[in-house]
Amino acid sequence: MTRSIIELPVTADDYRIARYAAAAIALTVAEAALPSPLPGIKPGLANIIVLVVLARYGWKDAAWVSLLRVVAGSLVIGQFLAPGFFLALAGALCSLAVLALAQHLPPRFFGPVSASVLAAFAHIGGQIALARVWLVPHDGVFYLLPLFATAALVFGTINGLVAARLLAAAVATPATPPSVKAAL
Amino acid sequence: MKERIPAGLRELLAQATADGHLPWRRLLKAGDWLLLLAAAALVAASFPLLWRGGVADRAIVKRDGQLVTELALNIPRKYEVIGAIGTTVIEVQPGRARVLSDPGPRQYCVQQGWLTRANAVAICAPNHVTLQLAGRSGQNGAYDTLNY
Repeated sequence: MTRSIIELPVTADDYRIARYAAAAIALTVAEAALPSPLPGIKPGLANIIVLVVLARYGWKDAAWVSLLRVVAGSLVIGQFLAPGFFLALAGALCSLAVLALAQHLPPRFFGPVSASVLAAFAHIGGQIALARVWLVPHDGVFYLLPLFATAALVFGTINGLVAARLLAAAVATPATPPSVKAAL
Repeated sequence: MKERIPAGLRELLAQATADGHLPWRRLLKAGDWLLLLAAAALVAASFPLLWRGGVADRAIVKRDGQLVTELALNIPRKYEVIGAIGTTVIEVQPGRARVLSDPGPRQYCVQQGWLTRANAVAICAPNHVTLQLAGRSGQNGAYDTLNY
């Protein structure tokens, strides 16, 4: 058998995104071990990584990390193409859409906590909307909205604070411009 | 692969650890506080949704799908319905109702216990008797039953 080597050109950006995505996936997997009182209520720790990436490298990188996290994370925990995967995907897409807008909030008044809380609400919004349309075609799912919203508020705030804490450190360590210092 | 944690993230973690204690209040800006307050208010306002299933105010008793009686849920009383194989006894107390006894062999409707929410239903199939709670708002009439 001939050994053939196919080399795909990999940029420094790819490496950096892959590493952040790996960190996010690790958090997803760790979190999957936690018991949840209600399907859909999770801390969403991986979003801390997404927030950090958003603040330091911009929305495009954050979107890559978030979506890679959803796909690869679900593969690792054996949820790929299961209902949970689609719910997570819907949530992630809605969060990213909201973050695309939220990143234009004046930074003087709004920090990562705002972004995190808004994204958390978008996340449950997306999930419940998909669940209503597809999984539970009954308005009964909306009865659970207050519980999901409470979880989003609490975990969104906590994740935002953690991201803000990490980013406060980033002020001391300025972000390495993506392409200059190859994140190797 | 040389590193497990992305270089940028590792720097942040190292720096965050080195900084030591930072009061978390300093991580929140004015807009963050406003947004948190607004979000908390919205969440609190959404809670009545949880109970929209409704308070029941009357019990509807049917035999063979035909209305036998409607009992208001404000006075305690017992009501007997003669069904296909015997007598089903319905008990009403303020805000709730149950099937007290039923001649059915498996006693499912009796074991269901107290019904408290609008549209909850207990069906004593062998005796052809149903007990259903109804709320003030007629908007849930589209559903046969809701279970909690």
